[in-house]
Amino acid sequence: MTKTKVLIGLASCGIAAGANKVYDKLKALQDAEKIDIVLKRTGCIGMCFREPLVEVIDESGSYLYGDVNEEKAVEIFDKHLKQNEPVKEYIVRSDLFSSKDDPFWDGQIKIALRNCGVIDPENIDEYEELGGYKAIKKILGEKLSAEQVIQTVLDSGIRGRGGGGFPTGLKWRFAFNNKAESKYIICNADEGDPGAFMDRSLLEGDPHAVIEGLIIGAYAIGAKEGVIYCRAEYPLAIKRLNIALDQARKKGYLGKNILGYKDFYFDLYVKEGAGAFVCGEETALMASIEGERGMPRKRPPFPAESGLWAKPTNINNVETFANIPYIILNNAESFSKFGTEKSKGTKVFALTGKISHGGLVEVPMGISIRDIIFKLGGGIIGGKKFKAVQLGGPSGGCIPEYMADTIVDYDSVNATGAIMGSGGMVVMDETTCMVDMARFFLDFTCKESCGKCTFCRVGTKRMLEILTRITKGEGKEGDIQKLEDLAYQIKETSLCGLGQTAPNPVLTTIKYFRDEYEAHITDKKCPAKNCKQLLTYTVDPEKCTGCTVCAKNCPSNAIDGERKTVHFIRQDACIKCGACFSKCKFDAILVS
Amino acid sequence: MRVKRIIQTKDEQEKSSPVDLSLMDHLLEKYKNKKGNLIPILQGTQNIYGYLPESAFYKIADVTGLKLSDMFGVATFYTQFRLHPVGKNIVKVCHGTACHVQNATAISEAIEDALEIKDGETTPDGLFTLESVACLGCCSLAPVMMIGDNTYGKLTGSNAVKILKEIKIKESN
Repeated sequence: MTKTKVLIGLASCGIAAGANKVYDKLKALQDAEKIDIVLKRTGCIGMCFREPLVEVIDESGSYLYGDVNEEKAVEIFDKHLKQNEPVKEYIVRSDLFSSKDDPFWDGQIKIALRNCGVIDPENIDEYEELGGYKAIKKILGEKLSAEQVIQTVLDSGIRGRGGGGFPTGLKWRFAFNNKAESKYIICNADEGDPGAFMDRSLLEGDPHAVIEGLIIGAYAIGAKEGVIYCRAEYPLAIKRLNIALDQARKKGYLGKNILGYKDFYFDLYVKEGAGAFVCGEETALMASIEGERGMPRKRPPFPAESGLWAKPTNINNVETFANIPYIILNNAESFSKFGTEKSKGTKVFALTGKISHGGLVEVPMGISIRDIIFKLGGGIIGGKKFKAVQLGGPSGGCIPEYMADTIVDYDSVNATGAIMGSGGMVVMDETTCMVDMARFFLDFTCKESCGKCTFCRVGTKRMLEILTRITKGEGKEGDIQKLEDLAYQIKETSLCGLGQTAPNPVLTTIKYFRDEYEAHITDKKCPAKNCKQLLTYTVDPEKCTGCTVCAKNCPSNAIDGERKTVHFIRQDACIKCGACFSKCKFDAILVS
Repeated sequence: MRVKRIIQTKDEQEKSSPVDLSLMDHLLEKYKNKKGNLIPILQGTQNIYGYLPESAFYKIADVTGLKLSDMFGVATFYTQFRLHPVGKNIVKVCHGTACHVQNATAISEAIEDALEIKDGETTPDGLFTLESVACLGCCSLAPVMMIGDNTYGKLTGSNAVKILKEIKIKESN
């Protein structure tokens, strides 16, 4: 008889939702009642909108409980674990019956995330049980040559998952062809795009898959040393990576004579980033590892010729590496059968923003954006109107509702003016102002520009000033033209991807939402009612009870009225801070 | 390039209470002759003192031979490094895309009002420092903030302030 297993999703977001308390509660109950179950932690299960999640796997099947708190944990323990009666009303997924959240799972194909939320990331044995480190054993056991490994990766059609979309096999071949005494392989885990968290989830949920991918890459290009450059904002990912590295070393997967093969030496370490978005750019990242300011370097020479410490270097993203062991073990066809002609395989997306079912999904390339948002994501929160989706973070763009049937593959997304990026999908509804969105991203790139190229350093600042002016109702005729001119100049004259793509959020919003810009500039109105300076606050005489709360809280004394009589806002004195609106308990403040 | 970090003045607090530089010995010994050691040394130093004291730069230069200008260049480039002491609890309010869309500005404003400090400032009692950060990677729980190693999700202005009050009560006991 196999023991009943209880898995608790303990990635950063689960912990933030209170999963540690649930774990502690179940642990205490288990210790007190001495029942024979296996209680273990796992990584991100993906259903972030139902965190904290607890999965019970017993002889009859699997039951995933959502929105678990301490009280529910006690109930699940008493009923399901002790009396074998699943608590049906809390179950969000089971392999025995259907539930309303099933559409979130239908259509997902998990390759990169194959072990996330299944295994204990701090236990190498569990990774090995599910086929872990078999890919590297296959390469060494069957004496596959580096050339054969590269060919398999090339045949799989996998392209860089960090957003660039460059064929990974080709990148490896370049690094392989550059003969040198020492070479480096780097994993880019500096996931700086606001709105993307798939790399964090992978590192927290399945660090060994990434490490095995790196070992295979090192074998293919002939690297002796590797670095995982992880941003410091991900303390849990760094902790789990270091645990995984120690375990891999002890088992002989890293170090000298890997798995007993004399000529194969490889080791790697984790390098903590220090908080600079530009370090996600590969040459800046290498400068940062060398201990310098993270400023991009001129190419050529490309990293494949002269990268870290002027040695041939290959750099790939976390998600790319996580796919590699699967491709090697199951052959190229198992990966390339998914996807479109030019974009093979699956892609992980982080669904966030105004979406009902936010979380982490892995879908085959070629699915439409509409399907991701409405089928998997369950549509918009509160039944509001879907307006646009932002893809690719600060380098990407907004795709409007009428183009939501665009399929996700590198080329189709690029054609819209957005980019695939690392897979952050921020969904926006009718209350999101697109001009404010563009201003938000420019504010980000302006702060994060390293300052090397003049147009990126100064140009983004000028664009930000114009956008800020527009959102304050001080927009002028000709501002849109000015923004477009600056945008093209910045794109043309910047050295690295940050500057070259920084204007994309502005260009795509102008392209698809020009009317919103014009409403701000000409009519001094914000159609989404988001830009405070452009709003007019008035009192609804029907609802006002004369409680005086608004008048007391008004910082500019712009509200007149006696107790128990209808109040009045003097528009000439109103500074549009919105304090009356947020303090009114009777919804009596109207915004237009 | 966060311009505000470039304008720096001599640290008053350091003058009144000298920094115990011997705490760095172990760190410097470990990284002394390694290539690419500048950032790990600065990170280690900040872990010890909570910020980078001016005198620490001189000590690092003496022991390792790293140039002061290089160190200052790096320390002012990366947002992680601080040249001034900070409060006991650093309140990092996320302003990533997902949090922005879910009105993270309201969270920051509520905290600013409650603590009576602006972004980047420290409360007079030295208990809290308020910081806006780009993305904490907990987008599905937006809006979020992080205090120490704890992340708090699905915030509203009032429950964010409540969390701070709870910490304050805990600290005063």
